[in-house]
Amino acid sequence: METLEKIKENFENKKACLSHSIIICAGTGCIANGAMEVHAALAQIIKEKNLPLTLTLKEELPETDKDPVLLSKSGCQGFCQVGPLVTIEPDKILYIKVKPEDARDIIEKTILQGEVIDRLLYEEPSTGKSCRNHQEIPFYTRQSRTVLKSCGNIDPEDIGDYIHTDGYKAARDMIMNKSSQEVCDIMQEAGLRGRGGGGFTTGRKWELALKQDSDAKYIICNGDEGDPGAFMDRSVMEGNPHSVLEGMIIAAKACGGTEGQVYVRMEYPLAVERINKAIEEARAMGYLGKGIFGSDFDFDIFVMEGAGAFVCGEASAMTESIMGRRGMPRVKPPRTAEKGLWGKPTVVNNVETLACVPLIINMGEKVYKTTGTSGSPGTKTFALTGHVVNTGLIEVPFGTTLREIIFNIGGGVLNAKGEIDNDDFKAVQIGGPSGGCLIEEHLDIPLDFDSLKSVGAMVGSGGLVVMNKSTCMVQIARFFMKFTQSESCGKCVPCREGTRQILELIDEVTQGHGSQESLTLLEELCETVGETSLCGLGKSAPSPVLSTLKQFRSEWDAHVNDKHCPTGNCKDLVSYSIIADACKGCTACVRVCPVDAISGNRKEAHIIDENKCIRCGACVETCRFEAITVGGNNE
Amino acid sequence: MATASMTAEKLHNFSKVCEILDKFDRLPSKIIPILQAVQEEYRYLPEEILTFVATSLGISPARVFGIATFYSHFSLEPKGKYIIKVCDGTACHVKGSSGLIETIERELSLSEKVRTTPDLLFTLETVSCLGACGLAPAVVINDKVYGQVSKKQMKELITEYKAKED
Repeated sequence: METLEKIKENFENKKACLSHSIIICAGTGCIANGAMEVHAALAQIIKEKNLPLTLTLKEELPETDKDPVLLSKSGCQGFCQVGPLVTIEPDKILYIKVKPEDARDIIEKTILQGEVIDRLLYEEPSTGKSCRNHQEIPFYTRQSRTVLKSCGNIDPEDIGDYIHTDGYKAARDMIMNKSSQEVCDIMQEAGLRGRGGGGFTTGRKWELALKQDSDAKYIICNGDEGDPGAFMDRSVMEGNPHSVLEGMIIAAKACGGTEGQVYVRMEYPLAVERINKAIEEARAMGYLGKGIFGSDFDFDIFVMEGAGAFVCGEASAMTESIMGRRGMPRVKPPRTAEKGLWGKPTVVNNVETLACVPLIINMGEKVYKTTGTSGSPGTKTFALTGHVVNTGLIEVPFGTTLREIIFNIGGGVLNAKGEIDNDDFKAVQIGGPSGGCLIEEHLDIPLDFDSLKSVGAMVGSGGLVVMNKSTCMVQIARFFMKFTQSESCGKCVPCREGTRQILELIDEVTQGHGSQESLTLLEELCETVGETSLCGLGKSAPSPVLSTLKQFRSEWDAHVNDKHCPTGNCKDLVSYSIIADACKGCTACVRVCPVDAISGNRKEAHIIDENKCIRCGACVETCRFEAITVGGNNE
Repeated sequence: MATASMTAEKLHNFSKVCEILDKFDRLPSKIIPILQAVQEEYRYLPEEILTFVATSLGISPARVFGIATFYSHFSLEPKGKYIIKVCDGTACHVKGSSGLIETIERELSLSEKVRTTPDLLFTLETVSCLGACGLAPAVVINDKVYGQVSKKQMKELITEYKAKED
């Protein structure tokens, strides 16, 4: 077996021969924006210019008198908003929003002449300053990318590139030189807490599994990221799949695991493909299978595709699903670490948690602990989305404030017109369906597992959705409740029936039939469901409702007392009308109205028949004179 | 209706299903990947096939139906040639995915109950999150992802896909 050091050296030698590397972000976001077309166009021009081209460093480099250009695809680089992203090394240039038409300029000017193309650089919206690369863009400089560091730098389909970043070294060291207990101790010492939501200490989970006496033990990687508004696991699996496999190998060493399963959402086809490729490569290299790294330790990994059930993200439900049953959680204890897949001890870890493991070992647990807060060491990835300038995947140390994330990394809040307006900040929803909404007064709390819990929210999967003042908080509560209600597995009554009743109560409110009594009932019901449900899904389902009731009571009150939706989002509580003075009688609205509710003569003010109107908003969007208003019923 | 008759033809031919079953060693524990492969072949799970699968694996049809109805990815109804998945994750929701759903419903005369057009050309689905929140609101038609879709663009996309069939 070739040693890791030798592979690294070979890879480095090959890299040194390159004239340039052009790295195209091929994460889901950039692909949707046309990254593949850009890749094809660049390849075409390189060929046209007769430059030696290589698409991977896996194969031998072309033999020519000129140094070859590497054109490679990486995983998600996080800055999805401005994709497709193209990085050029060694010049350290980052081009954004690249189109196939730009390919000729990139090759002719940047690659051949060494010129920087200004129009493709990122411009800082607030200062107008052009940024040449990642080191100059505030979105990146204010983060500390650790788990995500290699995502977007390395070729996820080349194990050599991963080894080049010291990959698999930690796994080899643990297997060859440490005992299982020692590996558990390292994780305990590092204080790594599970990134899946609950924040359970990883080392303790592993130790619990290690103590079990069993002929078989399983390691499951939970890649069933079902939370709406979160995509960090997807990006890690797509961008650096080997780091997840390495984490699983180390987990297997720590608790005596015999087989691993990666449970991935089938909605993530690229992640499934990349993980499968990575497993094949690792197996071929002897890092998976029998006697890995030449030791007497056997461990192999398989992939299972989820079939679309949010509740399967819960550990005991996930094991049921892998065994070919309906994914329903069961009563605990025993914990899955004691009794899981096929009744054997099973460790279920989240993708991001596993990706942290080799990093911790490489940097040393003491160094790891120096970032983050004392209760929550390390960094956390967040999916920053919603009404914010820079959306994408970010990674910051625990303890960073929401203010820093939203206004500095995120670049500020966008108002309904899409302009930067920080005064338009209303709330940020954190932690998905298990989390809650935070407001202005929470912006300076240092974010970690414990501080969030104390204000009624949760790190959860790490979704951060910023909302401006045009958002109706009752509708947000309804949105999450509708989600958990439809995803409830139906096993326990509080969750099955309770979430349905909560949803109906919210519907009453949005339809204008609510009263103060509905809100009292709603609160009581939420507390009961939270206390009595079987698993985490039901237990945390009421959180988004309770937190909006607490933070935005006046908005709920307006819905029930005045039958008025302050933001005009609840259709049954608003009406459309035409301002006669502003209407030019252009008939544009008449033509788009799907129910013929608008009438009037040409060049005269029109009127909307409220009985016919279905409040679709098509007229408002079409009107060029801002002559149609959306108002509350009582106005 | 070329697609429908093609499906009917396939129905009477269980050889494809047998191939799938063999690929998974006819293990009852592999029922979920088996059903996924079957659905990929037929675009839905025909009742006859489910019964056939149950018998072949030696488990009760009730268990197979139980699984087929539990997981949202499985469909017991034939789906359209083009599956329009509108992401209704939090990010897409706050950026207006419900407007897109309404537009599609209106353009294709679909409703919350009727999700597939009678000519089996389009099926409308909402998904919890596609993990492409940076592109909100996002829509996927079959395998192609469209980001930051406006209502107007949605209309144009439908017209474009319809035109492909004419």
